[in-house]
Amino acid sequence: MAALTPELRDLQAEIQGYADEYGLDTFTTIFELVDYRQMCEIASYGGFPVRYPHWRFGMEYDHMLKSHTYGLSKIYELVINTDPCYAYLLEGNSWVDQKLVMSHVLGHCDFFKNNAFFGHTDRRMIDVMANNAARVRRYMDRHGVSPVESFIDTCLALDNLIDPWAPLREPTRASAPAPTSASAGKGKGAGEGELDEVEVGRLPSVRGYLESYINPPELLAAERARAKAAEEAQRRKIPRAPERDVLGFLIQHAPLELWEADVLGIIREEAYYFLPQMQTKIMNEGWASYWHSKLMTTRALRDDEVIDYADACAGVMATAPGRLNPYKIGIELFRDIEDRYNRGRFGKEYEECDSLAEKASWDRKLGLGRQKIFEVRRLYNDVTFLDEFFTEDFCREHNFFTFRENRRSGRLEIEGREFAKIKGKLLGQLTNFGQPFIYVIDANYLNRGELLLGHRHEGTDLRLDYARETLRALERIWRRPVSILTVVDERPKRLRFDGSEVSVSDESAAFRL
Amino acid sequence: MISRIDQDHSRFREIVRGKVRQNLRKYMSRGDIIAPQGKGTVKIPMPQITIPRFTFGEKGGGGVGQGEGEPGDPVDGKEGQQSGKGKAGQGEGDKGLDVEVSLEELAEILGEELGLPRIEPRGVDSLETRKDRYVGLRSTGPESLRSFKATYKRALRRQIAMGTYDPARPVIVPIREDRRYRSWRTDPRPHSNAVIIYMMDVSGSMGDEQKEIVRIESFWIDTWLRSQYKGIESRYIIHDATARLVEREVFFRTRESGGTMISSAYRLCNELIDNEYNPELWNIYAFHFSDGDNWSVDDTSNCISLLRAELFPKVNQFGYGQVESPYGSGQFIKDLRAAFGKEEVLVTSEIKGRDEIMDSIRDFLRRGR
Repeated sequence: MAALTPELRDLQAEIQGYADEYGLDTFTTIFELVDYRQMCEIASYGGFPVRYPHWRFGMEYDHMLKSHTYGLSKIYELVINTDPCYAYLLEGNSWVDQKLVMSHVLGHCDFFKNNAFFGHTDRRMIDVMANNAARVRRYMDRHGVSPVESFIDTCLALDNLIDPWAPLREPTRASAPAPTSASAGKGKGAGEGELDEVEVGRLPSVRGYLESYINPPELLAAERARAKAAEEAQRRKIPRAPERDVLGFLIQHAPLELWEADVLGIIREEAYYFLPQMQTKIMNEGWASYWHSKLMTTRALRDDEVIDYADACAGVMATAPGRLNPYKIGIELFRDIEDRYNRGRFGKEYEECDSLAEKASWDRKLGLGRQKIFEVRRLYNDVTFLDEFFTEDFCREHNFFTFRENRRSGRLEIEGREFAKIKGKLLGQLTNFGQPFIYVIDANYLNRGELLLGHRHEGTDLRLDYARETLRALERIWRRPVSILTVVDERPKRLRFDGSEVSVSDESAAFRL
Repeated sequence: MISRIDQDHSRFREIVRGKVRQNLRKYMSRGDIIAPQGKGTVKIPMPQITIPRFTFGEKGGGGVGQGEGEPGDPVDGKEGQQSGKGKAGQGEGDKGLDVEVSLEELAEILGEELGLPRIEPRGVDSLETRKDRYVGLRSTGPESLRSFKATYKRALRRQIAMGTYDPARPVIVPIREDRRYRSWRTDPRPHSNAVIIYMMDVSGSMGDEQKEIVRIESFWIDTWLRSQYKGIESRYIIHDATARLVEREVFFRTRESGGTMISSAYRLCNELIDNEYNPELWNIYAFHFSDGDNWSVDDTSNCISLLRAELFPKVNQFGYGQVESPYGSGQFIKDLRAAFGKEEVLVTSEIKGRDEIMDSIRDFLRRGR
């Protein structure tokens, strides 16, 4: 790894100047020059120089190095969300490519710093990762490489079971479920009394003297007792309400060794750190591409570089049918927003305008575009971004379609160009970044200390062979049988792993919140 | 210092090895991995290496794309593939993984798993090849080996020492004593040569499935023996009523019909050895695969006498693999066993189906001859 050459350093200063001019607000960005092996190494570590030892990084590396060697793919650039922001340039990239990459990186950097969903991430993650790595190494020295590594495998099987919204409401969650229930009990000293007051179903009695006949006191008392017992049971239940942060729940409640809890905590911490990047893939790439295009075409590009730039840029923006390129959708959406807000093509008046001709030439010369896209990059994530700005006009203009498998030929075929369907599918793919919703329902299922999870079924089944294996991983951590409620082929089912085999049983109802 | 990624990488290779070892029987019964991929590696499909998670199964069959086209037009490529540029590292692909393993590694795994002994080549010490290497300089030699660079340096040094060197007019004139010639050394190299002679019955009763089994067997035998000898040769003989020496491709593709005279193959094999492979100098391995159906009892007795008199004294090992086929009687292996009993050189193995390939390979190779 090397620092930049003087020429590249000057180039960086030049491009940073253009970015500042446009109002991009970046962390200090440090570029390092690496060869392609180092690039593959850093890329397989998710952009970080030091991670805990694990074979999966080696697998990624193997894969990337091979596809690089065979010329199948090339990692131009890599940037991580830290302060200062580190980015890596590939040694031997052409001058235009380096310019392009620097502009692109500054776009990412601005996004990291200003997007709300990155707000909670730790900007000193390099140090955190290095510390985590040191701890894992120490555990490996003490307990052996294989046990620790296979425990990491176990944890990784669960690393998508986190609550994407937890970081945003962390302050109220600081008092985690268990303490809350205790303090609630103590705080409301009169809780018992209150429960007595519980209103139970009473039949209306018009005449007072019939009251004790229509609503016999002993019946009321029995009802109250039942309501109280139910309330009590609910209060004792762990978790009190279905919990999405399965990893956090396991750290608190599973019978783990200290080192195991720590490793699980490390996996959880890193999962939360990478979360916003998955939540904002389209926006992040779109924003960076928007800015590399803007900076290059209006400032940085020299005449003799135009062709090379156009070539590189076309490669990045290429779309193939049946494949969504986040760079492409993202940049086009940002441009579309800018254009619409420049011309005032939004709001009630525009929406309700019936004349196509008038709509087509609609221009209020508001000039709000730039301001709007900066606002969008601050406040939105992929789901809200597409939900709000993926309009029917945009969809038509950019030739979107839905496709599905033709069961007879086994090929994927274009299904149609219906806007509602396209948008529905897009949002469906992005919701929860394409992961199923899984909750912890009960930690004492059937009063046998078994763990019960629930899959909130939204129309797509779980992949069953993976689900079975994941249950094994859960059992390894919980050390008691674990079950998950899900839906298979439209029938509610429960998968249960009891330590020796996975069984599937019918359930009366699917899990809902 | 070993970099961190190399540690993780070797850890990954270790896991791959472990998986291959675990599932060796399964891999050995499949034909599709044995096609070598270019430079001495094979591709092994390995779906179990991904980390399982709760994920969606079939994505409701489809997605969203961008581009021209009418409803019903085919969509190329699969959705979700990454374009060339981008941040990598998050989110492992859930595609099944093809892992490349080198043939040497595969042989090692095979050896470990089957507990195969290393082969002690015979007659090694007596056999040497010599190789000349240019290693140094000397002051005499033929002009064709004169080293211009060294000669020039000597001359320059001499002229400077004598004070006749003129930087303004740097002409160097070598004299007789300046001349240097390259010299060589002859290295003796212990060397062992080995040849594998495969023979296969291609008569009408050998079906495609039987040939596939032979193909897989010969791949693994090849892999193992190649790891034991440098510079190994393979020769292929096919026979029905007559025998022919053929190329590798022909060996596996031919389908003839007609009767079977096993002795024809043995006779040809014997001639081949006599003509090209001196048993004193070569380690000779012969493998014969058939469905055990021979034309006549006479021919079988011919075979037995040929084996006893000619082939057995010449080869390290003679392997006979009998592939079960619905048409064959499977008599030949019984005849061989009856005739030779505990003969060391002969190994017989019955292969009932693909699952038994591994056991058969073990039978063939465990003697370490």
